[in-house]
Amino acid sequence: MAVLVIADHDNAHLRDTTEKTVTAALKLSSDVDILVAGQGAKGVADAAAKITGVRKVLLAESAELGEGLAESMEALVVPLMSGYDAVLTPATSQGKNFSPRIAARLDVAQISEIVDVVDANTFIRPIYAGNALETVQSSDAKKVITVRPTVFKAAADGGSAKLESIPAPAKPAKTHFVDQKLVKSERPELSGAKIVVSGGRAMGSAEEFTRVIDPLADKLGAAIGASRAAVDAGYAPNDYQVGQTGKVVAPELYIAIGISGAIQHLAGMKDSKVIVAINKDADAPIFQVADYGLVADYKTAVPDLMSALTAAGK
Amino acid sequence: MKVLVPVKRVIDYNVKARVKPDQSGVDLANVKMSMNPFCEIAVEEAVRLKEKGVATEVVAISIGPAQAGETLRTALAMGADRAILIQTADDLEPLAVAKVLKAVIAEESPDLVLMGKQAIDGDNNATGQMLATLLDWPQATFASALEVSGKKAKVTREVDGGLQTLEVDLPAIVTADLRLNEPRYASLPNIMKAKKKELAIKELASLGVDTAPRLKVLKVTEPPKRAGGIKVETAADLVSKLKTEAGVL
Repeated sequence: MAVLVIADHDNAHLRDTTEKTVTAALKLSSDVDILVAGQGAKGVADAAAKITGVRKVLLAESAELGEGLAESMEALVVPLMSGYDAVLTPATSQGKNFSPRIAARLDVAQISEIVDVVDANTFIRPIYAGNALETVQSSDAKKVITVRPTVFKAAADGGSAKLESIPAPAKPAKTHFVDQKLVKSERPELSGAKIVVSGGRAMGSAEEFTRVIDPLADKLGAAIGASRAAVDAGYAPNDYQVGQTGKVVAPELYIAIGISGAIQHLAGMKDSKVIVAINKDADAPIFQVADYGLVADYKTAVPDLMSALTAAGK
Repeated sequence: MKVLVPVKRVIDYNVKARVKPDQSGVDLANVKMSMNPFCEIAVEEAVRLKEKGVATEVVAISIGPAQAGETLRTALAMGADRAILIQTADDLEPLAVAKVLKAVIAEESPDLVLMGKQAIDGDNNATGQMLATLLDWPQATFASALEVSGKKAKVTREVDGGLQTLEVDLPAIVTADLRLNEPRYASLPNIMKAKKKELAIKELASLGVDTAPRLKVLKVTEPPKRAGGIKVETAADLVSKLKTEAGVL
């Protein structure tokens, strides 16, 4: 069987979600190809060709593919599927946008956000915000799968797959790209960061959130996250949101500051290797999942933590 | 302009799902059920379009057991004009739901379908995209802002790292993300009024749509629990533990 992995990238850089999805794909088959769809994305394709275990990299380029239009992605991938038994896409907001279209066009189910591969037809996926794990067996001839990247280890570099350019589909007639506003940041990306510092509603304002969380994140070289409550209150931008309805992260170290630990937040971070919680409420549910809990007001605890990190040479 | 809003009855978002001891699924007996939160946002947006004079009719639809009628009554109390229940005891997969909605859309001919981006039970995030594909209508998912003018809709979408704006020709499918709006609570007079609004019931079988499942659920299990941690007294303790014990600094 042959498997196609659709690369996640920003036209300039390949994201490690792609390498993680390759790891899931290699559990299905040793014949794994990668599709890079974008605009000016030759560098991304070159990076993808270096992933160990990859047979071939396909590169398709057009303005609409660069903008990530779902209709264009589907029109590109569906004809390719005559040569593949499965297509795996990282479950990012981009992947979730187009992958179900491929499934619908092929008249198959999408198996969403798998966290494990049992065999070529059987997969494990979280349901109910991760409060249950469902083992499903597919009866479809072709599998359309999205992969929760955080649970798979990134496939290593060291390969040298051949690169092949393929034509891009025609521009979609009824969907038009207007613009895109991306937040520029020097910090690591939230979904792939080794350390994440998250703030909650306790911060009380956007200014306080920035004043408390930013310096700590900078000191640790961490990405910044937030609870839904903090995002809904306007203390942090929406793409900071960690949780069932936001991003799912699994860093080496997750530091939750002033976050109570609602079910929907825990669903987004409970697979982190080490969890630290700082909260003045000793009964906050976050302490039930935390490896290290510090019951203290963040107003004193965060400055203390900054000094302790400095003393420890950080 | 007619807006169709599909809604799903799911376990209430404040209730923790519990896995059945026989691993056959999640226990829904005597559990509070509500409208899926993302569907509520879609209903709210449709009602706001009507209040602005953009939409002329808002039709809510649900596929499910007789109790899904209660969820439709909630949509009617929020301001939808009428409702359709496609009755079935089966739990349909997203592809089957999309096919059923396509069949209903052929009769209803809405100009816009506004729906939640995902249901919080199956967490698939697929039905809207599948429906757009089957209809060959444009899609704009994960909407955080929606502006309809004439035969076009301008949709701001939440994407990785920021926001994207698309313009789609109507008819189109728009799926709602969390920050599109804050849904209203239905007032008591509106709940009373909703009881008199039209709720048409059709049997799923009467539509002649293939809704056979493609996935077989072998088992449903609880996720592994995290072992309990420890409390530290000071920030300095914390840093030293992270450094020497956990090895993550």
